[in-house]
Amino acid sequence: MDYAAILALQISSAVASLVLISLGLAVIFGMMRVINLAHGEFLMLGGYAAITAYNNGVNLWLAMLLVAPLTVGLFGIVVERLIIRHLYGRMIDTMLATWGLSLAMIGFVTVVFGNTVSGISAPLGSLTIGAYRTGAYELFLIVVALVLLAAGWLVLRYTRLGLIARGTMQNAAMASALGVSPSLVYAVTFGVGAALTGLVGGLLAPLSGVVPTIGAAYIAKAFITVISGGAAILSGTAIASGLLGTINTAMTFAFTPVLGEVALLVAAVILLRILPQGITGRFFQRSL
Amino acid sequence: MKRALPILGNIAVLLAGLAILFGLPAFAETYVIINATIFASFAILALSLALIWGYAGILSFGQAAFFGLGGYTYAVAAINFGDTTGAAALAIALPALFAALLGYFMFWGRISDVYLGVITLTVSLILYRFVNQTAGEEWNIGEAPLGGFNGIPGTPILTWPGRPGEQLAPENIFSLAVGLLILVYFGCKALLATRFGRIVVAIRENETRVALLGYDTRLYKLAIFVVGGALGGLSGLMFANSVFVSPTMFSLPVSGQIIIWVIIGGLGTLIGPVVGCILMQILTNWLGTLNQVPGFGWVDPNLVLGVILVVFVLVVPKGLTALVTDAWRWIVTHLSPREREVAPPVEPDRAYPSPSLSPLPRGEGHERRATAESAS
Repeated sequence: MDYAAILALQISSAVASLVLISLGLAVIFGMMRVINLAHGEFLMLGGYAAITAYNNGVNLWLAMLLVAPLTVGLFGIVVERLIIRHLYGRMIDTMLATWGLSLAMIGFVTVVFGNTVSGISAPLGSLTIGAYRTGAYELFLIVVALVLLAAGWLVLRYTRLGLIARGTMQNAAMASALGVSPSLVYAVTFGVGAALTGLVGGLLAPLSGVVPTIGAAYIAKAFITVISGGAAILSGTAIASGLLGTINTAMTFAFTPVLGEVALLVAAVILLRILPQGITGRFFQRSL
Repeated sequence: MKRALPILGNIAVLLAGLAILFGLPAFAETYVIINATIFASFAILALSLALIWGYAGILSFGQAAFFGLGGYTYAVAAINFGDTTGAAALAIALPALFAALLGYFMFWGRISDVYLGVITLTVSLILYRFVNQTAGEEWNIGEAPLGGFNGIPGTPILTWPGRPGEQLAPENIFSLAVGLLILVYFGCKALLATRFGRIVVAIRENETRVALLGYDTRLYKLAIFVVGGALGGLSGLMFANSVFVSPTMFSLPVSGQIIIWVIIGGLGTLIGPVVGCILMQILTNWLGTLNQVPGFGWVDPNLVLGVILVVFVLVVPKGLTALVTDAWRWIVTHLSPREREVAPPVEPDRAYPSPSLSPLPRGEGHERRATAESAS
C-alpha cells in the first residue's frame, strides 16, 4: 500500500516535471510555431536568476516565483525583438538562430558564473509515507504544475487576452484585419513563454542545482513532450506528459533512470510514427 | 567558358587536396599532422551533413549520433576482434543500419523537417547520456569496457590489413584520412550526378511533385539518410584513430558544430562545409590557446560559436560560398565590359549550373512548407 502510494507519487512527480519543463516551450511553439532551441538555456537562466537573487539576500520564494520569471521574461522579449522577429515563417532558420543563442548563453554564463554547480537546498522539508520518505517540495511542484495548467486554461478560455491569443494562433492575418497587432501579440507571447520557463527554471533550481550546461538535460524531454502533444497547448502538453512520464517512471523503477529516459524517447518516436501530428492532432482537436 | 567553370573548380579542389595529402607530411611536425587528421575527419562529417541537408533537405540535428556510433563501434570491435579491418567496416555499417532504422520511423511517419530535426537531436542526446553512464563492469562489451564519461582512452589504432600488430603511423593515418576526404568529396559529387542524386535534389525542391511523378520519396530520403549515416560513421572511425572515443562525440556541441560548419560554408554546396569546418576548427583551436593568455579568460568557444551562428543566420544565410561567388560575379560583371554585355542579371545556365554551384534557394521551400503547416 505504501509502495503503491509512493509509486503513484513518483509518477505524478515525473508527469508534473514534464509539464513544467515543457509548458513555456509549448506556449511559444503552439502560438507562434517557433521552435525555441534555447529553451533549456532559458530554464538555466531562471535557475541562475533565482540562486543569484537568493544569495543576495532575497527571500527564497520571492526569488523563485518573482525574480526568475521576470528576468527571463524580459530577456525573452529582448530576444524576440532582436532575433526571432526577423525570422517569422522560417522555422528552420529560427531553430538555427535559437540554437546559436543557446550556445552563446552557455558560453556567457560559463564566463560569468564558472563551470561549477551552484545550488540551494530545497525548502519545505520531507514527508513520511509509511516506511518511505519523500520531499514535500516535490508535492509542491505537482501543485504548481496543476495551478499553471488551470491558470493557462482560464486565461485562454475566459479573458479577452486569451481570445486575442487564440484568434492570432488560428489565423494571424484575420486577427490583424480585426485590429490586433500580431507583432505585439507575438512579442507578448514570447515574453510569457520565456517568463513561464524562467519560473520553472527557478523552481527546479533547488532540486537539481544549476550548471551552465544543464539545459541539455531538459531540452530533449521538453521537445519530445511538446511534439508528442501536438497543436493544443495545454491539453496536448498535459496528455503527453502523463503518458511519457508514466512510461519513464515505470521503466526507471523496473530498470535504471537512463533506461527510463531511453524508453521515453522510444515511446515518443513510435507515437510520432503513428500520430505524426501529435496526440491532439488526432484526438481532442478542439481542446486548448 | 562558363560551362568549364565547374570542371575547373573540381580540378582546383582535387589539386588542393592532393597538395595537402602529399605536401603537408613533408614539412609539418607530428602535432600539426595529427591536428590535420582531426580536421579531415571532421570535414568528412561536414560532408555527411552537407549531403543530406544541403541536397536532400533533411536537417539532421543529430549527425553526431552517427559520428559517435562509428567511433565506438570501431573501438569496441577492434578491441574484441584484434583485427581492425573488420572493425573499420563495422564502424561504417552499424551507423548506416542505425540511420536506416531511425530514418524508417521518421520518413514513413511523414514527419515534417522541423520535427525531424528535433527527433534527431533527441536521439543523439539520449545516446550521449546513455554512453556517459556506462562506467563499470556491467557495461563491458566482450573485452571492451565502455568506460562511461572517460570513454575508451586505449582505442586501438588501425593496423595494416592482414598484418595484425603492425599499427599505422600518424603519417599513414593522416594520408588515409585526407585520401578518404578527397574520395568522399568526389564520391558525393558523383552520387549527386546520378539519376538517384537528381531525384534526391528534386525532392528537396518539391517533394509532392516528385511523389506525383511516381517516385517513392520516402525510399530516396531514407537511402540518402543512410549514406549520410555511413559517412558519419566513417568520420567517427577516423576521429577515433586520431584521438580516442569518448561520450563527447555524441554531445550537443558536436552536433551544433556540424550545423555551423555547413551554414557558414554554404548550404547546398559540398566545398563550402569543408572550408567552413576547417576555418571553424582553426578558430576554435586559436580561441583555446587564447584562453591560456591571462586577461583573455572571458573568451568562451561556445559564446563565439553561438554568436557566429546567430549572425550568419540573420545576415549571411547563404554562407561564405555564396558570398564569394557573388563577389566574384560582381567583380566580373563590373570589371570586364565584354562580360557585362553578355551577362543578364540572372543567366539561365548559371542559375542551375551544377549542384555544386547552386546554393539552396533558402527559405523558399521551407517557407512554403512552414506556411502550409501553420495554416493547417
